[in-house]
Amino acid sequence: MLEQLLREFYQGSKLAAARIITMVENDTPAGREILRKLYPKGGRAYIVGMTGPAGSGKSTLTNSLVKLMRQQNYRVGVVAVDPTSPFTGGALLGDRVRMGDLALDPGVFIRSMGTRGDLGGLSWAARDALTVLDAFGCDYLIAETVGTGQSQVDVATVADTVIMVTVPGLGDDIQAAKAGIMEIGNIFVVNKADRGDADQVVRFLQATLELGSRDAGWQPPVIKTIAWQGTGVEEVLKAILAHRRFLEQAGLLAGLRQARMKEEVMRRVERMILDRLNNGIQTGAVLSRVYARELDPWTAAEKMLQSMLCSKQE
Amino acid sequence: MRKIRVLVAKVGLDGHDRGAKVIARAFRDAGMEVVYTGIRQTPEQVVAAAIQEDVDVVGLSSLSGAHEHLFPRVAKLVKKQMGDKVLIVGGGIIPEEDIPALKEAGITAVFGPGTSLKEIIDFIKANVDVGQAD
Repeated sequence: MLEQLLREFYQGSKLAAARIITMVENDTPAGREILRKLYPKGGRAYIVGMTGPAGSGKSTLTNSLVKLMRQQNYRVGVVAVDPTSPFTGGALLGDRVRMGDLALDPGVFIRSMGTRGDLGGLSWAARDALTVLDAFGCDYLIAETVGTGQSQVDVATVADTVIMVTVPGLGDDIQAAKAGIMEIGNIFVVNKADRGDADQVVRFLQATLELGSRDAGWQPPVIKTIAWQGTGVEEVLKAILAHRRFLEQAGLLAGLRQARMKEEVMRRVERMILDRLNNGIQTGAVLSRVYARELDPWTAAEKMLQSMLCSKQE
Repeated sequence: MRKIRVLVAKVGLDGHDRGAKVIARAFRDAGMEVVYTGIRQTPEQVVAAAIQEDVDVVGLSSLSGAHEHLFPRVAKLVKKQMGDKVLIVGGGIIPEEDIPALKEAGITAVFGPGTSLKEIIDFIKANVDVGQAD
């Protein structure tokens, strides 16, 4: 059955790709097996991260950007993440509302995902979905995060180029100079440039970016857009291509990707340890001593770690 | 248990989306992952989205009177392209006498005005096929 599914996948069946993403998202044994097979086929797609506050226009910008990419005949995959409720586990995935134009394009695949507990702006499954769409033959992948605040910087561990979208009216030059999300952008977009004082936002951003950025040798451009009209979006695509060329010509892309892969592996190690901790060892006895204030949290954590490392995995 | 994924869509030239939004929100609160595609969708757009999102349920809303044409079209395309596993339900302003034909066309249930949200959610949970753990 898996062979059949993979055959359809390689023949370009979107339904097969969608079903594989579901298996991967639910982290089933079959999903893991498929990832083992697909990972060696990946590494071809160029990944663009799209991040910024809720309502800043990430999905609308993605819609306009993908249309331009399609004019150049690139195959494009989009993974758009929206928040999962920490209370009910449900999610309202609304990014497609802005992307209706793309639904019928045979060269575009869009998948909406809930964060399912991940607080970094993406989801575990979003990473694996990108692996699937990479193997599916997409030339460009766009990873759209949830609406981000100041410190959800995970998209930088996924994307080759990060676009940070902001809008007028969100704050002054001190906000622009803060650490965290403002540091991960390779391209800055001031969307809804027809509203408020967009030029001032551009000046704030440029003033802080002139003091230095993540990649030595790359000055992040600040671009004004009105995404729903498509105004300025061509410049955004040009900036993506320019950043890609910069990374390739400076010989930085391979190193960047390796650093990300290492991060991907280490995160999984962390998660597996946590899963084992949550499933394997007895936390109850230690916790009740914390509840009674006999043990402090640090000592309790050390005890749990010790007992996990000493126990054998089945 | 696997999460239920639902697509909520409004088909045709009908901008009355209050009901669809209330339903989408209720599904969210019931622990489902709801893909909302917005208004003025063609049946082809709805089905293309349903495929890429690999949803278990397609929920259609219509208040414009075009359900007789649009709902069966979606059902036909879903069944042809995704198979019989996907549950298709509809709601909105749908005259009683139209319901048998819609059911015949593959719309498993039709929920009219006054239906409680709980009734709809219970129906979906009871009838959805989320399959094996894969």
